[in-house]
Amino acid sequence: MSSNGLLAVEDLVVHYAVPRGLVGTVARRPQKLVRAVDGVSFSVGRGELLALVGESGCGKTTTAQTVLRLLDPVAGRISFDGEDITTLPNSALRPLRRRMQIIYQDPYESLDPRLTVKSTVEEPLLIHRSGSKRERAELVRDALARVELTPPDLFLERFPHELSGGQRQRVAIAASIVLGPDLLVADEPVSMLDVSVRAGVLRLLDSLREAGLGILMITHDLSTAARFADRIAVMYLGRIVEEGPAEAVVRDPQHPYTKALLSVVPRRDPRERSRAQILTGEAPDAIRIPRGCRFHPRCPVAIADCREVDPALERHGAAPGHRAACILAG
Amino acid sequence: MSLLLQEPGLLAGDRPARSRTGLLWDVIKNQPSATIGAVILGIFIVLAVLAPVIAPYGLHEQVGPVYGHPSWAHPLGLDDGGIDMVTLLMWGARISLVVGFAATFVSMVIGGTVGLASGYFGGRTDTVLMRITDYFLAIPDVPLMIVVAAIWGPSLFHIIVVIGVLLWTGTARVVRAQVMSVRERAYVKRARSLGAGNLRIILRHVLPQIAPILIASTVLTIAVAIFDETALAFLGLGDPSRISLGKVIENAFQRTAISSGAWWAIVPPGAAVALLILSCSMIGRAMEDALNPRLRVSHLSAKGFRLRPLVGRGRDAV
Amino acid sequence: MSSLLELEELNVWFDLPRGGTLHAVQGVSLTLDRGERLGLVGESGSGKSTTVLGLLGLLPPTATLSGRVLLNGVDILAGGEETVRPHRWVDLAIVFQGAMNALNPVQTVSSQIVEALELHGLATGRQAKARVGELLESVGIPRDRGDRFPHEFSGGMRQRAAIAMALACNPSVLVADEPTTALDVMVQAQILELLDALCRDFGLALLLVTHDLPVVAQLCDRAGVMYAGEIVEQGPVEELFHDPRHPYTRLLFAATPDLYGEGVPVSIPGTPPRLDRTLAGCPFQTRCDRSFSRCKDERPLLREVAAGRSAACHLNDVPAEVA
Repeated sequence: MSSNGLLAVEDLVVHYAVPRGLVGTVARRPQKLVRAVDGVSFSVGRGELLALVGESGCGKTTTAQTVLRLLDPVAGRISFDGEDITTLPNSALRPLRRRMQIIYQDPYESLDPRLTVKSTVEEPLLIHRSGSKRERAELVRDALARVELTPPDLFLERFPHELSGGQRQRVAIAASIVLGPDLLVADEPVSMLDVSVRAGVLRLLDSLREAGLGILMITHDLSTAARFADRIAVMYLGRIVEEGPAEAVVRDPQHPYTKALLSVVPRRDPRERSRAQILTGEAPDAIRIPRGCRFHPRCPVAIADCREVDPALERHGAAPGHRAACILAG
Repeated sequence: MSLLLQEPGLLAGDRPARSRTGLLWDVIKNQPSATIGAVILGIFIVLAVLAPVIAPYGLHEQVGPVYGHPSWAHPLGLDDGGIDMVTLLMWGARISLVVGFAATFVSMVIGGTVGLASGYFGGRTDTVLMRITDYFLAIPDVPLMIVVAAIWGPSLFHIIVVIGVLLWTGTARVVRAQVMSVRERAYVKRARSLGAGNLRIILRHVLPQIAPILIASTVLTIAVAIFDETALAFLGLGDPSRISLGKVIENAFQRTAISSGAWWAIVPPGAAVALLILSCSMIGRAMEDALNPRLRVSHLSAKGFRLRPLVGRGRDAV
Repeated sequence: MSSLLELEELNVWFDLPRGGTLHAVQGVSLTLDRGERLGLVGESGSGKSTTVLGLLGLLPPTATLSGRVLLNGVDILAGGEETVRPHRWVDLAIVFQGAMNALNPVQTVSSQIVEALELHGLATGRQAKARVGELLESVGIPRDRGDRFPHEFSGGMRQRAAIAMALACNPSVLVADEPTTALDVMVQAQILELLDALCRDFGLALLLVTHDLPVVAQLCDRAGVMYAGEIVEQGPVEELFHDPRHPYTRLLFAATPDLYGEGVPVSIPGTPPRLDRTLAGCPFQTRCDRSFSRCKDERPLLREVAAGRSAACHLNDVPAEVA
């Protein structure tokens, strides 16, 4: 657990009810629940980048949205800078929203096509009534400079369709940092950008991190997480199954799922064709979560006990802060 | 490292830039059907607006015999009161257009608001509003208009309200669908996550996005409104103190134009109404096509790609 | 001995809505032999998808093509649609980008594959159903699942179904356009393994189009790197990584993060050039870290730089001291 706690999440639970429809309600069928997030705990400190990785349906996006209270949890606790925000009403949340921002995946959709770059970056300032016109103009220029869109004047009057994908994403980031937040949630920030452009945006996030921002990055790309994150948390079916320093998780994985996942990530070097541990089938949906360890039906090394025991995250592996939820680890 | 603003490569699948002058103008400029429609509509509007000034004769001025034949002095002949038809048409177009536009304005306001509220807030609001919309949709327009006009009394204001209150449903549905899709876009979600209030989001982000489709729907509604007014006037339920194109047709009908063989008393006003409706439809349809890429059918064409003999090598190939 | 499939100077121009043309594919040549896996790598706008759509004659009426597409030595592009169509699906099959989402939602998966068989007059009725069963099994879908609808399948299964459909008529060449892009990494591994097995077991030649370099590195024997509508380097994948002869290839690898690699990936500054204008000099020159005077004026030609390798870069003909 990180010590300069900016964001701390404890036993977070987010469930969705599956709509039953008229027939289901009349026939009194049992309400099915999608247990999207089923007990997740982690923390993000200042100047730290935590990558939340996993395949689709693991609950990583739901977690990110809940942390910002864009969704409401069913149980658990979210603390932001020491303050419990789990059940704060919207009015109390509003001032806090300046300090936590989100960046979305799609650079083409995350900017209003009818607003200029200047208007987009200025909007947060207007919403929070920050400063005079001149002060706002300064802050906008400053934000654009920080995202390396220089000289800012060249970009102020442009519309999104005049910019490339990478530039649009930078504008989105500028709009997120203009209020000077402490925490940034980045949901797949580069997955829709060309490869040659991704590194630039990720380095930008890295430099923001160095300036003191805490970043929670959602990604399905383990290679990106390996290169850019301080810590990695691997999610499966609503739970974190392994968590620790990025290098440790990638080089010394403790959980069978992590090991399998790492083994199938294609490598750049054609000579490095690692022995892939391809799991069969796909993850079950979050309505029917297996008993015991939720990974056991697909686990290559599962034993009888795995059907009964639902393991908790425990210290495994050599590195400090490296934990895994597996009774066979270590 | 500073990023140069280089023009992004023009890719075959690039999104076209939406010019700032608005979709309506774009469409009118570029689509032949819309251009023609706009020209026709424009001519009518000019003639109607300037009627008091440029009408060749007085509106109530008898200048010849009953059902006088068309002549050089009166290209469209005279009606049953000896009044010049061209003058009648110009004045008639005024009322037809006024009612058409006014009723449409009413329906646009109601339909736009209902669609916006329904699409944006969803849930109960949506259900209730949509049920109301369905109710109005189920009512047959013309019979209801007849009944209401008959009961309420025929005045221009009543006619406008009646037509407007029946036509908003189409707009409401179309706006609702668009609002629901805009609501889910990332920049709206982002604005919300920043703490923006609903009003701000609606005014700043949603309205500008639905404006084009609202305009397209409005233009199409004008066509229907003009038709409805003409129908009401023809059935004798129009404002008796005003001349609209429908009234001109009705007068001619009532006063035995057909048996007198005075085709010029019926056909020109009918044609005028048809042209008005047609022009609005053409503009509205062209806008709809422009807004909905799925309506494009070029990919279904039987023609395939073209071949050209190879000249030169590599990138220098011409 | 001629190759199975050979593209010779394929060019594609698109008419632009406001006049002018976009030269999307600029003189692409490549060869594919029986049982070979060739990767076509490039970023958005590089022309890779347009190239394969062009070779299959699947471009819209706004496109103009020139060049030759030789299938077993015969130019199938010569007569336009007429000469390409007989070979489509029967010799050259394609799994489109997003094919898994393009399955007809109101037809069962089996019936869609049967349709492909019937359209090409290969089988009908019971025979067709039997063949469909075989095809489904060869892609790892249990036979009886074929009677379900696409929405009952997961993403990975739908992609397998699309592959089965492509293999229905026993083609000798399978083109796969971004076959795993929308899939999770584990499912991606399953699909890549499937493609690998299919190539081995059926002697299929594979033309894999993707922006994902590591996928090509793992699955393909040879690859062509496309930039701004042309192939800038071509050769065995190992050589492309360990001894790149074009700066774009080198920089593209450097921009790709690797699980265990050292160092942090670096972006390539700038953006690709516009393809609606003719360019002087090398198209990559504005972004290249090793460009020199000649690069601005003279466009480099794709030339052989070693056995089985070619690259379009002036640095390859310059003796070591210059640049």
